[in-house]
Formats: sequence, C-alpha cells, structure tokens
Amino acid sequence: MSIDQDDARRVANLARIRVDEEDLPALASEFNAILGFIEQLREVDVTDVEPMTSVTPMRLKRREDRIAGGGIAEEVLANAPDAREGYFVVPKVVE
Amino acid sequence: MDGLNSLSISEARDRLRAGEITSMKLTQACLAAAEEAETLNAVVHPTPDLALEQARAADARLAKGRAPAMCGIPVGIKDLFCTAGVPSQAASGILAGFKPAYESTVTSRLFEAGAVMTGKLNMDEFAMGSSTETSVYGCTVNPWKSGDTALTPGGSSGGSAAAVAADLCLGATGTDTGGSIRQPAAFTGITGMKPTYGRVSRWGIIAFASSLDQAGPMTKSVRDAAIMLEAMSGHDPKDSTSADIPVPDFEGLLTGEIRGKTVGIPQEYRMDGMPAAIDDLWASGRSMLEDAGATLVDISLPHTKVALPAYYVVAPAEASSNLARYDGVRYGRRATLAQGDDIAAMYEKTRAEGFGDEVKRRVMIGTYVLSAGFYDAYYNHARKVRALIKKDFEDVFADGIDAILTPATPSAAFPLGQEFDDPVQMYLNDVFTVTVNLAGLPGISVPAGLDPDGLPLGLQLIGKPWEESELLDFALAIEDRAGFVAKPEKWW
Repeated sequence: MSIDQDDARRVANLARIRVDEEDLPALASEFNAILGFIEQLREVDVTDVEPMTSVTPMRLKRREDRIAGGGIAEEVLANAPDAREGYFVVPKVVE
Repeated sequence: MDGLNSLSISEARDRLRAGEITSMKLTQACLAAAEEAETLNAVVHPTPDLALEQARAADARLAKGRAPAMCGIPVGIKDLFCTAGVPSQAASGILAGFKPAYESTVTSRLFEAGAVMTGKLNMDEFAMGSSTETSVYGCTVNPWKSGDTALTPGGSSGGSAAAVAADLCLGATGTDTGGSIRQPAAFTGITGMKPTYGRVSRWGIIAFASSLDQAGPMTKSVRDAAIMLEAMSGHDPKDSTSADIPVPDFEGLLTGEIRGKTVGIPQEYRMDGMPAAIDDLWASGRSMLEDAGATLVDISLPHTKVALPAYYVVAPAEASSNLARYDGVRYGRRATLAQGDDIAAMYEKTRAEGFGDEVKRRVMIGTYVLSAGFYDAYYNHARKVRALIKKDFEDVFADGIDAILTPATPSAAFPLGQEFDDPVQMYLNDVFTVTVNLAGLPGISVPAGLDPDGLPLGLQLIGKPWEESELLDFALAIEDRAGFVAKPEKWW
C-alpha cells in the first residue's frame, strides 16, 4: 500500500487541514513510513476474534431521561472566537 | 538545608497535621522554587494567587483537625486538565486563550481533598509525543543532565515529571495514553502510575484517545502515589467508562509485602540492541523481587511485537475523531480569514495554523485509517489485535502470575532536539508501556538505578485489573530495595 500526493491531498481535505501543494510529497512520504510500520498487523491472524470493547465486562449505566443542566448560554459562548446575541458566528453558509 | 518544597507528600502531610509547618509556608516554598526554575519551562501557567488562597483555606481546615491526606499539599496540574478560569490548552496553539468554565473531575476531587494548585504544567501538544518538544510553549528541560547536554524529561507528561523531580511541587497529575506518565517518570527519577482504565474519571480532561487515556499520579515515592491516586479515583456519572466500584484505602493497604507472590518476566521484552544498562537494571529488579520473597517465572506475551502498530492505528483514529471539535467556532483560536473565505476555508486554515506538525500527522493518519474502504482493513483489524494483546495478559494472570516486571523505557533520557529518521523512530519510546494501555491494565514506573552517565532509569510493574493496591506493594518492594535517593544537582 503506497500513498501518493493525491491520496495525501484527499486525506488532508477529509481532516479539514490545509496543506500547501509543495508540502504534499513530504507528507505522503511520512504517511508511507507510518503505514509501512502499521502493515505488520497483517501478519496477525484475527479470524473469529471479537474487537476489544472494554477492560472488564461492564454494562453502560442508564440514567433518567431528563434535563440535567442548561441555561448557561453565556458561559458556553464565553470562549468563542466570535459570538453575538447568544449565537456562535461563522462565515455565511447559505447563499 | 533543603526547603519545604523538597518534602514528599507523606512527610508534608504528617508535618502539616502535627502543626509543625503550614500549607502557606509550603506553598510559598514551591512557588519560589518554580519562579527560580523558569529555564526548565515546566510550569507554563503559574497560579500563585489561587495557590495562596487554597493554602489559606487548607490551613484553616487543618487547624480544625481531621483533614484529608492531600489537604494543604501543593501539586502541579498537567495542562490537559480543564481548570475553571485558568488557561487549559493542552499545549496547543488551537486552544490559545481557552479558559474553561468548569473544573475536571480529577482536579475537583483534589481540591475537595484540600490540595493546592501551583500551576499548569507543560506537555506534548494534545499529549502526542514522548519528549515534550511538540508543545506550543516550547520544550521542557529535564532537571537531570548528562555533562552539558540538555535532555528531554520525556513526554507527554514531561512538565509534570520535571516539576516533581525539581521539587517545584510535591506531586503532579499526569495522563497516560501510551506511556505518557511512566516514560517521563523513568526519565526524571520519580514514580509514575497509570491506574486501571476506568479507575479515574476522564471528565474534563482534554481527550486524545478516549479508550486509552487514563490520568494518574506522578510523585516522589510509592507511598505518595498511593495517597494521590486515592484522592483522584472514584466513580463519576459524567464519565460513562468510569468504574462504579469502591476505591480502596491505597495507603492504608500499602505494606510492600509480596512474599509468596509470582512475578512474570516476559521474554518478548528482551529486545535486540537494548543498552546494557537497561538489561542490568532489569536483572537487578528481578533480584530485588526475589529478595522480597517473590518467585520469578519466565512468561510469554506473544503479541507484544504488534502492540505498537496496533496503538498507532487505534490512537490516531480516536484522536482524529476527538480533535474534530477544534474548528475555530466554539473555543480557542480562529484563523484570520480572507475576503470571501467560506466555512470550509475557515476550518482548514484554523486547523492548519492551530495544530502543530505531530498533531496534524496523527489526525491525518487517523482520518486515513477510518476512511471509507480502510476502516475494516486497519481500524477493525487493530481492535481485534488489541483483543489478542489483552488476552495475552489474561492468560498469564490466569496461570497464577500476580504482576509483570519489565524495564520502563528502552533507554535513559535522550538529548533535546535529537533528530529521528522518521516519526516511527520516536514512537519506539513507548514499546514497553503501550501494551498496558491497550489492555487497560494498571502500570507503574519506579526509579531503580542510574545508568553509566548518572541518569535515572525506571522499572515498570504491570498489575491485574483493579489490583492497584497489590501493584503498589510490588512497587514498594522495589523502592525499598533499590534505595534510589539520587536527585538532580540544581543547575537552573
């Protein structure tokens, strides 16, 4: 499995991280080094093995379906880079 | 004479309770030591005002009697923990300016027990690294030196390790996803413990890889680890993976008594090209446990070799998902946008500017292994390998093994700025520690000797799930016999 520049561009796009065109070859080569390392996993036979889910069997806790918090819009917005009138502000998304 | 800041937690606790010292004096000594140690760059957000206020409250509580063990004890908190009103940015540029409105469960518990926070501590960005060099604040310097060479304190909890080793606080919180408590503890000659996954709540700890992350204490002794772990532990309804089981009185149960117990020595941890000093350390660890009355047995953990590759699928996959929230909308920084930039451009520019190279690399690798067509081939395959790694441990425990002894790291602390041929070379630092995270087990690194250059080395003990108490006894047996008292010579 080898990653080329197009794959690297596609992954960067999926991850929503801007990567300049001139940096793509180096990125692709790093990916190849890491994925080459990961390839070792293929040697392991995992037939009939269930993926691990927890350390010891544990049933997820249930709780009553009721509102437990809220009414703290100001606190929620306090760290926003841009917030106005109780809303997060982002560039226009609908024309 | 050493200052109060060089006390251990248990010594300070006894003297505070006896009224021989005050938390105020103790806290002031730590704050002064931290101020002198700026060149170590361990403390990145000092909180002296909060510390003095907490110390005052602790003294009032101590005066009334019956205060918890952590009451009045100055601790440092890794920057990964959200602390109300105090910068908490996981050493990342993307969280610049972020001040949480809430307190993490771990820090809440510590504060309820009366602990004093002296500041936030440096780390690798989002806990991704083994040298504290990926931090947006710049690297932390190890208080230990080899000649004139500046060394890494390890990572990701490198600021916590350096702060404890240099006596800037009596203990510190760390987090461990692949070795991030145990490796820096080994590199700085302190004790670092990763509890069983689920023992300590993850709520309010900035997430890296949720199925592996676990917080734990970094301290000057095994007894201190027991004291601090107890204060940090316990069920939390806000973390659905936290275990609803009682927290033992870890210090009360601590005896160091391991007579008649069986310790496994995993053959797969004998690596080609391992430095002689590490081999010698491991051999001396075996003698110490034998001297304490334990029986040693060679064991096999056949899937050890594939633990690191499995980790480098699972951890980046979870990281890519966890770090998707940093988009420049709700918190942290947003890139300056050009006229006409749309929301996708905002995301892409913000994340390109805000994340460092290692974080970007791991987020993208994670994105790749989770992307359509590769999910089963990589991610699900790695999760199954993980089940096999866990089974290796279950099998030896079922065969009567009580604990496993290994070196904590493949080398002593390495120089800052060391170039690695590729990212994988750096990842090899975690080779002895990462299996423990994948299996969710408790592990502890105990300082046990010095290498020929006079640098500290640590031994790792791995225990059964939820048996931290027994594991601490093994650790104390090593500590008692190693007689490790070396401290870095103060040059900073």
